[in-house]
Amino acid sequence: MEQIAFFVLALLSIASALVVVTNRNPITSAVALAFNLVSIAGLYMVLDAQFIGLLQVIVYAGAIMVLILFVIMLLNLREEAQAHPVGTFQRVLAPVATVLFAVAIGRGVWLSTPPVFPAASAGYGTASSVGRELFTTFYYPFEAISLLLVVAMVGAVLLAKKKLS
Amino acid sequence: MIDAAISFAKIFVVFNALMLCVSIMTWVERRVSAIIQFRWGPNRVGPFGLLQPIADGIKFIQKEDIIPAEAHKLFYLLAPALSVIPALCAFAVIPFGPEVTILGRKVSLVILDLDGGLLWAFAATALGVYAVVLAGWSSNSKFSLMGGLRSSAQMISYELPLALSIVAVVLISGTLRPSEIVAQQAGLFTHWNFFKGVPFLGFLLFTIAGYAETNRTPFDLPEAEGELVAGYHTEYSGMRFAAFFMAEYINMMTSSALGITLFLGGWQLGIPESWQPAPGWGLWTLQILAFVGKLAFFQFLYVWVRWTVPRLRYDQLMNLGWKGLFPLSLANLAATACLVAWNLNVTR
Repeated sequence: MEQIAFFVLALLSIASALVVVTNRNPITSAVALAFNLVSIAGLYMVLDAQFIGLLQVIVYAGAIMVLILFVIMLLNLREEAQAHPVGTFQRVLAPVATVLFAVAIGRGVWLSTPPVFPAASAGYGTASSVGRELFTTFYYPFEAISLLLVVAMVGAVLLAKKKLS
Repeated sequence: MIDAAISFAKIFVVFNALMLCVSIMTWVERRVSAIIQFRWGPNRVGPFGLLQPIADGIKFIQKEDIIPAEAHKLFYLLAPALSVIPALCAFAVIPFGPEVTILGRKVSLVILDLDGGLLWAFAATALGVYAVVLAGWSSNSKFSLMGGLRSSAQMISYELPLALSIVAVVLISGTLRPSEIVAQQAGLFTHWNFFKGVPFLGFLLFTIAGYAETNRTPFDLPEAEGELVAGYHTEYSGMRFAAFFMAEYINMMTSSALGITLFLGGWQLGIPESWQPAPGWGLWTLQILAFVGKLAFFQFLYVWVRWTVPRLRYDQLMNLGWKGLFPLSLANLAATACLVAWNLNVTR
């Protein structure tokens, strides 16, 4: 059952990721990306990481992607009719890079032995266990990230308010 | 195997109950609006016009399915489905009754008893925004696009006070699992979360934000007829139009059910346990009826408010959300946190 769920979700996430990069219409790409985020959330669920999966849907699919979609719509981008012409440089390098990447990934998968994980303990991946970890073991990194977010937010407000010439 | 069968049975029952409620609600909406406006309302089909929803259904199926020439076909066809599916998913975590025993097997009357159940409901409603945005954009009409943009902006803005009012309840109950939150509110109705923490305020914030979240009057700017024809579903016809309506009513029910679960004791009767009959089908039926009754009241409230309160202007709506409800819900959260820390009025 878990394996079926894994393969279906993996297939969906790869397919939607392909749509994101191959489609010319920005809205289709954005929606495919949202779909991709939701299927990856499903993969988290399969891994017993319930809390992370739900947050993935709420934050990424539910908030960030909606805003991106919003911006694309307001810009009213039509299909990218005249996409940037592809130069010979890219034409040659792209397949080479793709093959190299595939080889690297394939070699990594080939050489690795599947790790054996202990079964998830009771309450693993729930909000309370993640919260406890965040506020004990990872307290300082957690606070540092919140500081980073505040800085980014102040920066965004500043950029939006001031007229940069 | 039996567990799967029980889950399917629960899904079947809840799905059909929801659909039945949707059709009843379309009748209630028109009859109550008629009473409020001193009219009769639909009273020709069946006794009191009760069969009107069936007539409507037949009418919707017969209607021509129009797709505007310049519409983005894929998203135009996808949007109605995208609005109904998350709406139905969100209801899955609502406990609509206690744990009952059927043929010696304990069955809890909730489809998905998830540890992060409240988060699940949020995730589902967050995905509902896509339907509105995509319907508005893919119709390729000014009215639809404006309605879609308004609606999504509104839903994103009001999600904050909604979430913060729920966080206050989570602080009090210490769990995200709806069935546990309901279990903690057993006994006399003064044990309901409504009276805990800062009494009343949390529920008020939740209800107002819920009305905005479901795009109901006084916050139905996305479909303000006077300026936007019908908002994001202007171009839709037939069953696709009906799908948006179904989603709206299901969302209303989810929102009320969530409010009942969080603040008003869910399926609890609200009377001391010594007054209640012994656990058995008698008590369980009463408790399910209590849930249904509370739900029915809040559905009626939705209709009542729709036909008595005038619509806000768009800037008023945004001001209310960001300058009124948002700070107020933050204050509610801070006050509740203090009360929890000092252990005042939060006995579990």
